[in-house]
Amino acid sequence: MIQLEQVTKTYPKASRPSLDNVSVSIDKGEFVFFIGPSGSGKSTIIKMLLHEVTPNKGRVVVNGKDVTSMRSWKRPHFRRSIGCVFQDFRLLPNRTAYENVAFALEVIGKTKAVARRVVPEVLELVGLGGKEHRYPHELSGGEQQRVAVARAFVNRPLILLADEPTGNLDPDTSIEIMRLLDRINRTGTTVVMVTHDSNIVNQMRRRVIEIESGRIVRDQARGVYG
Amino acid sequence: MRMKYVLSEVLVGLWRNVTMTIAMIITLGVSLTMLGASGLIYTKVADMKELYFENIQVSVFLKTDISEDERVALGARLESDPLVSQVTYVNKDEAFQRFQEMFRDSPDLLSAVKADQLPESYRLNLVNPEEYKTISEQYASAEGVDQVVDQSQVLDKIFNLFTAGQNVALAAAVAMAVAALLLVANTIQVAAYSKRREVAVMKLVGASNWFIQAPFVLEAVVAGLIGSVLGLGALVALKKFLFDDALSALQGLFAPVSWGEVLLTFPIMAGVGGLISAVTAWVTLRFYLRV
Repeated sequence: MIQLEQVTKTYPKASRPSLDNVSVSIDKGEFVFFIGPSGSGKSTIIKMLLHEVTPNKGRVVVNGKDVTSMRSWKRPHFRRSIGCVFQDFRLLPNRTAYENVAFALEVIGKTKAVARRVVPEVLELVGLGGKEHRYPHELSGGEQQRVAVARAFVNRPLILLADEPTGNLDPDTSIEIMRLLDRINRTGTTVVMVTHDSNIVNQMRRRVIEIESGRIVRDQARGVYG
Repeated sequence: MRMKYVLSEVLVGLWRNVTMTIAMIITLGVSLTMLGASGLIYTKVADMKELYFENIQVSVFLKTDISEDERVALGARLESDPLVSQVTYVNKDEAFQRFQEMFRDSPDLLSAVKADQLPESYRLNLVNPEEYKTISEQYASAEGVDQVVDQSQVLDKIFNLFTAGQNVALAAAVAMAVAALLLVANTIQVAAYSKRREVAVMKLVGASNWFIQAPFVLEAVVAGLIGSVLGLGALVALKKFLFDDALSALQGLFAPVSWGEVLLTFPIMAGVGGLISAVTAWVTLRFYLRV
């Protein structure tokens, strides 16, 4: 599903590479944590999987597509098979929960009719049934992140990328979000999550890949934070 | 639904920053007016050149003491010249008649000039009126020739004036266009900034580039089109109030500007206005949104 083959990425003007000869293989349906200190290169991996940065050396293959040589005009279509969740939710403040999720469908060409059928379903799935017409500022942080997860998942992506999705949430809410991601993972969606949250990693007992200074220092099947 | 979304985004975009939108439209309008005006001048000058040069003549005035042999020899030489298409001999009587016709409003002048005071001349129609200089050089010093006078010298001065006017209009059009394009770029930046969250989400979920760019580019195109309508209005007003009214006394001098020609500038102004606005918006977005 996801393959990094001897990937090296050095940003212009950087003294050392953000990723240094990294090789990782993630199978379909896996749940993987990337952990490591700030600046270790975790976010660079997420950006590479989204085709936001391309490696200087090595190859990145996502969903059977070689991202390394992908032309930028193919990026939009490629992105439709990847869902994304971030620490800061990135919801549109002037749209309701329903509209936020529907927006993601409509801008990729789905009709309003499709949205009317699919959006309530996915909002129900993330546990926001009955709160479809609330605006983000009327929702708690956890609820906002659920909207973001619903938006990422509504298109039934093959991969869900989560960049510190619990970074802004309290521990209890964080665990609820993790349950949600776990549920999504059980539908067959590959989940890749970057995090600092040791509690969560220790509780989930999933594959943990630890990165330090751009190198993989640990890759453990049912790991803990360390 | 997507079309409806794009169109409503365009209207919202134009309205969101309405003072800037108006400034953009007015500058575009003035620039396009200048462009249309210089286009009209250009076609008119071409028309007039054709009109005038067709009838243009070079006069070869003869010395009063020219002998009959010299005159005939010169006539034959002119007839056989490949640059000359037609030669007409004007004797003293005919010259006097023409003179009387030309100055029939000035009896004093008429009475002061006697028939035999006016020189004989050859009137030449040239194959190519612009080769006047060669003719002048060849015949000015010929035996019995007093001087060679070309009407096109006078016309050239008039045409130079028109061309200068056209260049001024064109320069103004370019200067205004630069200002208009900077305003378009700025408006698009402001629009893109105010929609940065939407754009970020659209990029994230994989909306196609054209779909992200379309509302912004169309916003600029709509402004360009409104600007060209303003330009058309300005040209119509110019024709009606300046050309047809104030300058109507000079109508014999200018080739007339028809309504059809004024209207024909509209598709050109609209095309240029829409296209350069669209390109500017698109380039701005490439730099600003990196889409």
